[in-house]
Amino acid sequence: MNDTVQIVKVGIADMNIVTTPNLIRTSGLGSCVGVVVYDQAKELAGLAHVMLPDSSLAKSGIMNIAKYADTAVKELVSRMIELGARSYSLKAKIAGGAQMFQFTSSNDMMRIGPRNVEAVKRELAMLKITLVAEDVGGSSGRTIEFDPKTCLLNIRTVNKGIRDL
Amino acid sequence: MSFLDKFSTVHLDVLKEVGNIGAGHAATSLSTLLNKKIDMRVPKVSVVSFDEMMDMAGGPENIVASVFLRIEGDAPGSMFFVLSIEQANTFIKQMINDVHFSFENPPYHELAMSALQELGNILSGSYLSSLSDFTNLDLYPSVPALSIDMVGAIISFGLIELSQVSDYAIVIDTALDDDDTHSSESVKGHFFLLPDPDSFETIFKALGVAEDE
Repeated sequence: MNDTVQIVKVGIADMNIVTTPNLIRTSGLGSCVGVVVYDQAKELAGLAHVMLPDSSLAKSGIMNIAKYADTAVKELVSRMIELGARSYSLKAKIAGGAQMFQFTSSNDMMRIGPRNVEAVKRELAMLKITLVAEDVGGSSGRTIEFDPKTCLLNIRTVNKGIRDL
Repeated sequence: MSFLDKFSTVHLDVLKEVGNIGAGHAATSLSTLLNKKIDMRVPKVSVVSFDEMMDMAGGPENIVASVFLRIEGDAPGSMFFVLSIEQANTFIKQMINDVHFSFENPPYHELAMSALQELGNILSGSYLSSLSDFTNLDLYPSVPALSIDMVGAIISFGLIELSQVSDYAIVIDTALDDDDTHSSESVKGHFFLLPDPDSFETIFKALGVAEDE
């Protein structure tokens, strides 16, 4: 057994899963949403860095399932169940979905943060996963880190300091 | 990679020239504004993954001051003028003549925020209007928005249009330096121009380069 703590980093439009004692982190969430799904008893947690609300927005090419709220949450949950998580005990915490720039533009893309949050919540509700805590909206970037042992989500922002959810 | 497969080195060279002309004019404006000699580095045009793009600006957690604007018109896209906090401090000290000023601690000085936004406005405006003259395309900047935050949070916003089509971005990056690069008062900035996927064809056509050359 390797006891040194590793911090698994999740990039933009990416996902990964960790078990104790490791931590999982994603940096620089803006309008993107970080979704943490965890099974506390199994000390297993997955994190997806979601960029867009809906896979129907994809216009061409190979689809990156971690990019869209609807596909990412489903895939994350099914991967976790493969690794031994029990679907009835899964819980979720989310952060992100900020509005980084204030625009008066009519373009719907400018509201992408709130739309990402709505899409993630809808998907979690559909999969019957309880949303335990959230830190969404506002206009600050966030870096989040989750510890599958304590099930605390550590959120760091530039302007508002650090807090645990 | 879909839409990126169509590009050859000729196309990338054309984009490099686009960056060169735009940033050249912006550097001149900056030089006039600060009454200083400003050097410009040769633009880099790269095809990068989203994560690599964050690294180009110092990593997703790096805190920067950034002016963002949407380009509207014939060839829509996003543009960023990115400065590190120290660089933003240097600029603003020179602009508002207050040596004690700093962006380290929020809440930020209102006048300084406004000055920084105006700086971004002037530079991106001159970048864009030279681009518009060069290509004969109608390009309008949106009102610029200013944000002091993590690179990841800021840049990802400009990638949204692109991310619906691709997992890679074509970045036209130009860095500006002032003359005395060794001093701590040195001024450095980055322009990132991110055309929307459909805009590449428009730009190439306007410059007489066939898409499949």
